[in-house]
Amino acid sequence: MLMPKPDQGVIDRRAEIIAAMRAIVPGEGVIADDAMLKAFECDGLMAYRQLPLIVVLPETTAQVSEILKYCHDNGVKIVPRGAGTGLSGGALPLADAITLGLSKFNRVLDIDYANRCAVVQPGVTNLGVTKAVEGDGFYYAPDPSSQIACSIGGNIAENSGGVHCLKYGLTTNNVLGVEMVLMDGTVLRLGGKHLDPGGYDLLGVLTGSEGLLGVITEVTVRILKKPETARAVLLGFNSSEEGGDCVAAIINAGIIPGGIEMMDKPAIHATEEFVHAGYPMDVEALLIVELDGPKVEVDYLIERVGEIATGQGAIYSRISESEEERAAFWSGRKNAFPAVGRISPDYLCMDGTIPRKKLGLVLQRMTEMSDKYGLRVANVFHAGDGNLHPLIMFDANQPGELDRAEEFGADILKLCVEVGGVLSGEHGIGVEKRDLMGEMFTEDDLKQQQRVKCAFDPDHHLNPGKVYPTLHRCAELGRMHISRGQVPFPDIPRF
Amino acid sequence: MTEILKPDTADQVLDAVKWAVSEATPLDVRGTGSKAGFGRPVQAGRVLDLSNLAGITDYDPGELVLTAGPATPMTEIEQALAETNQELAFEPMDMSVLYGTDAGAGTLGGVIAANLSGPRRIKTGAARDHFLGFQAVSGRGEVFKSGGKVMKNVTGFDLSKLMAGSFGTLAVMTQVSVKVLPRPEKTRTILLMGADDTHAVAALCDALGSSHEVAGAAHLPASVAARSAVGYVSGAGTSVTAVRVEGPGPSVEHRCNSLRDLFAPFGAVEELHSHNSAAFWREVRDAAPFTGDWQDHQVWRVSVSPTAGPTVGQHLRARLGGEVYYDWGGGLIWFALDARSDAGAADIRRVIRDCGGHATLVRAAADVRQAAPVFQPQPGPLADLSKRVKEAFDPEGILNPGRMTAGV
Ligand SMILES: Cc1cc2nc3c(=O)[nH]c(=O)nc-3n(C[C@H](O)[C@H](O)[C@H](O)COP(=O)(O)OP(=O)(O)OC[C@H]3O[C@@H](n4cnc5c(N)ncnc54)[C@H](O)[C@@H]3O)c2cc1C
Ligand SMILES: Cc1cc2nc3c(=O)[nH]c(=O)nc-3n(C[C@H](O)[C@H](O)[C@H](O)COP(=O)(O)OP(=O)(O)OC[C@H]3O[C@@H](n4cnc5c(N)ncnc54)[C@H](O)[C@@H]3O)c2cc1C
Repeated sequence: MLMPKPDQGVIDRRAEIIAAMRAIVPGEGVIADDAMLKAFECDGLMAYRQLPLIVVLPETTAQVSEILKYCHDNGVKIVPRGAGTGLSGGALPLADAITLGLSKFNRVLDIDYANRCAVVQPGVTNLGVTKAVEGDGFYYAPDPSSQIACSIGGNIAENSGGVHCLKYGLTTNNVLGVEMVLMDGTVLRLGGKHLDPGGYDLLGVLTGSEGLLGVITEVTVRILKKPETARAVLLGFNSSEEGGDCVAAIINAGIIPGGIEMMDKPAIHATEEFVHAGYPMDVEALLIVELDGPKVEVDYLIERVGEIATGQGAIYSRISESEEERAAFWSGRKNAFPAVGRISPDYLCMDGTIPRKKLGLVLQRMTEMSDKYGLRVANVFHAGDGNLHPLIMFDANQPGELDRAEEFGADILKLCVEVGGVLSGEHGIGVEKRDLMGEMFTEDDLKQQQRVKCAFDPDHHLNPGKVYPTLHRCAELGRMHISRGQVPFPDIPRF
Repeated sequence: MTEILKPDTADQVLDAVKWAVSEATPLDVRGTGSKAGFGRPVQAGRVLDLSNLAGITDYDPGELVLTAGPATPMTEIEQALAETNQELAFEPMDMSVLYGTDAGAGTLGGVIAANLSGPRRIKTGAARDHFLGFQAVSGRGEVFKSGGKVMKNVTGFDLSKLMAGSFGTLAVMTQVSVKVLPRPEKTRTILLMGADDTHAVAALCDALGSSHEVAGAAHLPASVAARSAVGYVSGAGTSVTAVRVEGPGPSVEHRCNSLRDLFAPFGAVEELHSHNSAAFWREVRDAAPFTGDWQDHQVWRVSVSPTAGPTVGQHLRARLGGEVYYDWGGGLIWFALDARSDAGAADIRRVIRDCGGHATLVRAAADVRQAAPVFQPQPGPLADLSKRVKEAFDPEGILNPGRMTAGV
């Protein structure tokens, strides 16, 4: 992975930069010791590592503002970092950049049940938000599998999702407002406790911008009352295609479940051997469908889902009869990653979205690729919204296997785009998929996105080298060629 | 006379914008012009009429995604969706009701460009939340796209969000994709009669803070309720507070019973069945109480946190007279006042200054909208950033200049 060439001038000024940072963040908030920096050398994408120039852990918005202003004025780059659980290398350090960790922003500031929202600092974990309100029967809906560790600021930067997305939306649909700091130190508020602020939806474009537009220092999220009850049903099929068709049939019947997840045979076997969830071992595809809401609704809909599944050729069906059983159904899915980790020395977790009707084709092509590359693949899948997570198994100690796995992964993502899907459903582009952006976007598409970057951070100081394969200078992106009366337009009717 | 450019294809849109750039001639970008009364009057010598870019190009109910030309009439979209028992869950308001123009004249592109929504906003979001992707021509005369035709996507910046609510000032959309959802099987509305503002707030907070998935919450003072076309509402002779529940039959029944119990301590309770319920929420959605005899009044849409609603409503009336009603769950106050030259803008914005919301002038004569800031003025640094975003798409100011902000 080619990263921007480090600026030796900045590296040479390290001592001076450390001193400036210590003046802003006193005490242990500035980390310059190599052994301690090592803890920050990568995020969840561990194939890429780089020691940061230094790490700074501010505690207040005023400090963040001063840090960014200093960096802006002195040509120093910044890599924002939440909990470092990102899977696309978004928080990968740069040798000439400060890693700005938000972990000390860990307080819940305000819980407002009457307006059904909570104001928290960005370093609070996703689960921490729910923990703060669950005593009163509320929760925060987006639930990435990493929710115990990942930060809410990181969730906004990645527009994270989870099994609840189909019914309750992604992060972007559940954030009401933020306080953020621009690279020049300007502190801004976008949104608040009210809905749909007037003007351009800058909060909307900040969400999912992977730390390229600003540093988030405070967050207002929607909270929801917990549904009265939830029940899940396991449905087994002879093929993944049938499973996919069953998902469409459920939706066509007007039912939007709280979650619909699918696993293919390799994933079922890996997880069953690991957690003994009680999954059937003789099916090719397993669906977990969860209904949530009032008990009467859940009881009614789960029967209907069962009937629909039978009509779609389900060869296995089991409805949870207790909370323990429901938890057991989910334990397999939730442990799919570690389960695959047990049967293979290493694996790559891919993330792409496809139109669901292309599932059969995509899985078949993946099997062919698996043969071609000589590597196994297991599939767990947010079936409701077409978000695939193929797990490519390899052994990094075997020469060439990592490269083959990466090529295999790239082929899968290209296939997602080819069938009308996208490169990432929830993990983001980061450095991992940066060089594949051209598969989906034209040069003009990418330039237009980068012009938005220029409106926020004209000198490319925030998280450079991520998301976009080429760094265009803003001046060059701004140029327009205008020649008067260039085109005549005889064919456009005028009235 | 204003010249009208009427392209038939996305390529022709590109040609038209390129030409406008080269001639330095701003364009007034239109679907069918049904929302010409929303926003500041555009200063442009030429109209770019997109009405030929219409038609649904791709719709598969099982995928929950619909792709169409931007000028596809909402009536056509709604009909196609109804055939498969689906809908646009964000319940976009029909602005022609407020403007007294031809009903159902709106287009899908217009709905997105104005980021419209209805009372289901609290539960399901606004247009922005359902807008998955688009193709467009920027004010630079370049074709670009963003987003996609799938439900989950974090691939590059989410420019769809910027387009939603940008009123055609950033780029001309030539194709749009939206998320659609199944229609609820059943709808019921529980009414609380005669509650004063304080009790209404308490009742609505209880309902919205419950697990009953309320999909609409409104409060109509007596004078506003009296103008409803729904007998149960207009006949009440008092204020009406309403919550809506939707879903499968048995679930709706169960939740209605719980909500009736919850409302009982606050006063008399009634129920609206499907037809009445639909009519009532359409009125709330479209600001219908401020049409007919009220057509000559100026109308504001004020957005504050829901609990700030009643205080703000009271202050608005005390200062400026007029009438309010609350699309409560969305923290929305609809406010109508006697026409005046500044539409009361300064006073209204003073009222909401301390509670962190915003006010938008949605109906007033063109000269008033020209003079008074229609959208909430932004603090300096935010206004600067918005201006830089505009320039990133349309540096020459070719597209709908002045529609959102004077001089931008
Ligand atoms: C086992 C496992 C399971 C996972 N499951 C899911 C899943 O189900 N769904 C899902 O969506 N993701 C999942 N992830 C990915 C990851 O947890 C999410 O992307 C998460 O949102 C990252 O949050 P973080 O705080 O760790 O961010 P980091 O990794 O620290 O940073 C991620 C990006 O956000 C930026 N950033 C972080 N904080 C801020 C801030 N305050 N201001 C501005 N930019 C900031 C960084 O620069 C970086 O680009 C999983 C990861 C793991 C390891
Ligand atoms: C004893 C009694 C008490 C009633 N109490 C109330 C009450 O408290 N509140 C109230 O709102 N109504 C009341 N009604 C009228 C009630 O709305 C009608 O009976 C209605 O048809 C019931 O519809 P539903 O919601 O049960 O049927 P649904 O199954 O939801 O609707 C059936 C179909 O009829 C259509 N439809 C429903 N009502 C009408 C209508 N009025 N005009 C045209 N099409 C319609 C629906 O759109 C749908 O297509 C009462 C009627 C009776 C006989």
